[in-house]
Amino acid sequence: MTDTLSLPNSLRSQPDASGHFGAFGGRYVAETLMPLILELEKVYKTAKADPAFDAEFAELLRSYVGRPNPLYYAERLTEALRAKAQPGPNGEKRGAKIYLKREELNHTGAHKINNCIGQALLARRMGKKKVIAETGAGQHGVATATVAALFGMECKIFMGAKDVERQKPNVFRMKLLGAEVIPVHSGSSTLKDSMNDALRYWVSNVHDTFYIIGTAAGPHPYPELVRDFQSIIGKETRAQIMEAEGRLPDLLIAPVGGGSNAIGLFHPFLDDPDVAMIGVEAAGEGLDKKHAASLAGGASGILHGNRTYLLQDEDGQITEAHSISAGLDYPGIGPEHSWLHEIGRVKYMPIRDDEALTSFQTLSKLEGIIPALESAHAVAAAEQVAPTLDADKIIVVNLSGRGDKDIFTVADALGVEM
Amino acid sequence: MDRLSTRFAACKAQGRAALITFVTAGDPDVGATPAILEALVAGGADIIELGMPFTDPMADGPAIELANLRSLGSGTKTKHIFALAADFRARHPDTPLVLMGYANPMLIRGADWFAEQCKAAGVDGVICVDIPPEEDAEIGPALRAAGVHLIRLATPTTDAARLPAVLDGASGFLYHVSVAGITGKQSAAQANIEIAVNKLKAATKLPIAVGFGVRGPEQAAAIGRIADGVVVGSAIVDIIGSHGDAAAPFVQDFVATLRDALHIRETAA
Repeated sequence: MTDTLSLPNSLRSQPDASGHFGAFGGRYVAETLMPLILELEKVYKTAKADPAFDAEFAELLRSYVGRPNPLYYAERLTEALRAKAQPGPNGEKRGAKIYLKREELNHTGAHKINNCIGQALLARRMGKKKVIAETGAGQHGVATATVAALFGMECKIFMGAKDVERQKPNVFRMKLLGAEVIPVHSGSSTLKDSMNDALRYWVSNVHDTFYIIGTAAGPHPYPELVRDFQSIIGKETRAQIMEAEGRLPDLLIAPVGGGSNAIGLFHPFLDDPDVAMIGVEAAGEGLDKKHAASLAGGASGILHGNRTYLLQDEDGQITEAHSISAGLDYPGIGPEHSWLHEIGRVKYMPIRDDEALTSFQTLSKLEGIIPALESAHAVAAAEQVAPTLDADKIIVVNLSGRGDKDIFTVADALGVEM
Repeated sequence: MDRLSTRFAACKAQGRAALITFVTAGDPDVGATPAILEALVAGGADIIELGMPFTDPMADGPAIELANLRSLGSGTKTKHIFALAADFRARHPDTPLVLMGYANPMLIRGADWFAEQCKAAGVDGVICVDIPPEEDAEIGPALRAAGVHLIRLATPTTDAARLPAVLDGASGFLYHVSVAGITGKQSAAQANIEIAVNKLKAATKLPIAVGFGVRGPEQAAAIGRIADGVVVGSAIVDIIGSHGDAAAPFVQDFVATLRDALHIRETAA
């Protein structure tokens, strides 16, 4: 394991050669998968150094995904929070300016498509014509099914049976796109179990199948390559905020399940000491009850190919996560987040289901944008933090996805019959 | 010589492969396991693999996954597993016992703690499914310091370039996973197993045991003609799944048929 202090003076130079972010990350997989993981690492290194790969990725992001998406000044939300803010001790005006990075405007409605396009390009380089993926809320499943259609690949999506039930519109979308949706009944029938079954399928079909992992987690090199593909979010944000405000933001806020949208936003700013960052974890019913906050309520462990913070009991058995958002309903987190948490570069903040629900409605009403429940967690954090900051501060909130998929869950939580 | 080497040598002297049987500790409950372990020995098992249940057994098929869930559902804790191992060791001083499982339950209290518990309970070796050689530092040094074998896995995807990495630090025996897949599902073609085992034999002096997809006496006998050990797991676990607390005699009968099949080489020779 590498001593992070001896690395070049950059927080962006992780992981080390063995795939570790400090004490986290690594490659904890069955021997059957190791040769493929090592080959993927090699292929990714070559691709990363190949301008043609980058050019094709950039062109697809532009013409197919619809990038760059806007950085939008949320004036009504900003003003509403300023109206609630207490002035500072010397009478300073409080209530930071809130910008929204509009990942929800991407094709398929979330940041997930960035990563899927990148991984589909890698799958093609490796000569794989079949792809599989796990999905929770269905956003990653829809994005994978979409790129599979685009690249003419056969596609299987593993989805917890509970999630198949609560995300019916996305299940139908995946089928329309030509994917086979496989309901997973093992364990808690949610995201972690769909990842188990995807790994089981992969280990049995490793010769012809590429596994498109949906978040910046899993065995090395996945956390690195997913982060790199998602870093387009932070790169665009940098350029856009410079254009809008002539300076970098003071604070970045993004929701964290596995944490791919968050690491994508954060990574290009990690070496800017004046930019603070908050990753928002799902506190579910509360940290003393059922939740999915692996940093606030978990400990270091090994699951799904990486060492990271996990919800687990004293014997290392994985405990069930809970979040109103199926996309955050996972007992782990990407290893780079575990490292950023331990070194204190990023603060992680828990937000409960009820707080996210309120912000889901607030953003819809004030800005005419219905956010994904994942993103609503980040909006809720912004609503809590913005009024404590001076009015000249700037916050960028990553609006990772749109909320169409969640309207049934929200209606149910609000007691509305649809 | 340690217990594993002694047993492999004894089987070789009898002209047959060692019979390695797998059950999950605490399946269906902790109280039932001692009788099942007795049944394995009475049926003729040479080496016992005791599975440590895990909530997320990603490399296992439905049979062993269900066994994990039955065990955890009935309240099996890590302390119970070491108590079962120590109890078995007291009754069977010569039968090798190997723990098999996943990294997280093994490492939650630290590798040194785990290795010391293994040593104290008389565990001879450990198979950790999700620690490849690249992550050996997590568990290998602690086990070696405690005199416990770290048993490595080779698979159909382990090519000649990779094999030295797998063998570096491997001890006890080498476990050849005969199919690229999960436990208990498909079976590999005999010809492929033979080619793989011969390659492994050319690269190491460690005994080679073959497992994954070995379900009955005929298959066990066929593999026993080329390998030093045959591992049977899911087929036994299925019997426990069907018979629950009353499984022991059925397990013993089944294991006896496997053991009888392995003797065919002796009589044929």
